[in-house]
Amino acid sequence: MKTPLSTNRLNISFGGLKLKNPTALASGILGYSAESLQRIVEGGAGAVVTKSVGATPRTGYANPTVVQAKCGLINAIGLPNPGIDEYAEEIGYAKTVLTVPLIVSVFGYSADEYALVAKKAVKAGADAVELNVSCPHVTQTGSEIGQNPKLLAEVVAKVKASVQKPVIVKLSPNVTDIVEMAKVAAKAGADVLTAINTVKAMAINVETALPVLSNVKGGLSGPAIKPIALRCVYDIYEKVKTPVIGCGGITDWRDAVEFFLAGASAVQIGTAIALKNYSVFKDINRGVDAYLKKKGFGSVKEIVGLSHLS
Amino acid sequence: MSVYLTSANTLRTTRILSVKTESPTVKTFTVKDKFCAKAKPGQFLMLWIPRVDEIPLSILNAGAGKVSVAVKAVGEATKALHGMKSGDTIGVRGPFGNSFTENRGGILMVGGGTGTAPLLFLAKKLAAKAERLSFVIGAKTKNELLFLNELDALCSEQSAIATTEDGSYGMKCLATEPLEKLLDEEKFDMIYTCGPEPMVRKVFELAEQRRIALEASLERLMRCGIGLCGSCVIGKYRVCRDGPVFNAAQLSEVKDELGISKLGFDGGRIPV
Repeated sequence: MKTPLSTNRLNISFGGLKLKNPTALASGILGYSAESLQRIVEGGAGAVVTKSVGATPRTGYANPTVVQAKCGLINAIGLPNPGIDEYAEEIGYAKTVLTVPLIVSVFGYSADEYALVAKKAVKAGADAVELNVSCPHVTQTGSEIGQNPKLLAEVVAKVKASVQKPVIVKLSPNVTDIVEMAKVAAKAGADVLTAINTVKAMAINVETALPVLSNVKGGLSGPAIKPIALRCVYDIYEKVKTPVIGCGGITDWRDAVEFFLAGASAVQIGTAIALKNYSVFKDINRGVDAYLKKKGFGSVKEIVGLSHLS
Repeated sequence: MSVYLTSANTLRTTRILSVKTESPTVKTFTVKDKFCAKAKPGQFLMLWIPRVDEIPLSILNAGAGKVSVAVKAVGEATKALHGMKSGDTIGVRGPFGNSFTENRGGILMVGGGTGTAPLLFLAKKLAAKAERLSFVIGAKTKNELLFLNELDALCSEQSAIATTEDGSYGMKCLATEPLEKLLDEEKFDMIYTCGPEPMVRKVFELAEQRRIALEASLERLMRCGIGLCGSCVIGKYRVCRDGPVFNAAQLSEVKDELGISKLGFDGGRIPV
């Protein structure tokens, strides 16, 4: 008999979030429409994060926006979104169909804009917001905020003051020391940290001597960045008390367990959907549950940070 | 469910082997590519026009190490492609998506504009296997009726029925008009359709009323081509990964959008 999708062992609560299982859809993947998100939930996700939404519509970049690398994908889609006012309707509808927490990813070009979008998202029904301060390929937002401690603190504090729901801060690996940024976000009031967003990268076509992406540079995701993301989670867990969601290249249950052992309370999955389709969530949950059972653990919470020696 | 292969998604640069003018606005481009040469009817590829764009295109023909696509000059990318000649370098990834199922009974194909391309590819595969093949194709004007001679050669009995909106060739009407009569007169086991979405919707409705199995190939704005970015969703389906070929049961789940709306570049809903 197959292990059921959600056992008590997989339940986990942290930072004001209550999840039936510790897997979530990462931002930027599908996640425009309620129906797409619903299919992710049917695939077994314990939470979903929408694509990033801003104050006004954005069309994103021209193709090519995605290029295959040897062990991952490089993308520079460019944060296309219809703007929070139109998207609020979809959030409201999504809330009526989804049975898991709906986390809305927000971005802005100023602290006030982040706060405004977050406020509208929560009013529309978001269970939490995740601040995209780490997109590596759009100027004046994303990682340009997440790489600047002063701006990062200002954005997090302003959003915290504007909404009553958990505020998740998605950190960039494209910094000298991610732990410093994690501390800044935590001190400014972040309830949860997501580590990491994509690693800034590019691809050049040798035949034409041209960068492939229309935006030249993009962000690398997938198996190639898993060890980097794992190290980031491990380092943050050592120095910061705020719960962490691990993200970056997680493809199977072993990857997920590694992240829990490093200190993640949950994991986000994105690129692996291309490799394994929607059921990647169920597969990972079954594997994690079987691991916990085999090792004699009563809850995933018991293995969070277990690899830290001290 | 289509399988995602990182090798097929890796961008290959290749040279254009030949360019054939099909109509005043449509040209067929053939390139060498071992992955796409194995494509099945209904699948598509992503074509990179260096410095310009990357666009999804239905496959017109594949085999012997080569793949062909029929392209109508409509926007910046397709116009730039029309300016290219054999020997020029382009990029390819794919093939992507599912393919038409191969029915061997009485078959009707309904194509509009360049939507006829994947149907011709399918027809060539089915010609020797199917019990009977019939075609209805439509275009705005005579010059734009694509692949009429090729289709005629594949027809079982009567020749392909052609319609033009301006009456310059065949019947002066939309491709969907002669359908009802044809469906009254003959029994079909399967309808395959591809073309402008209002036409696809009408064909779907007629097939549904008469309980005839149907498969339609749909088109949407695409970015990743591998089921991640969400640009091409219709209802709960991703056209690039769950499609582009959908059967009648799936189409009836997306009736609110079929022939009506799609997502634009900003993810907001716009008319088809």
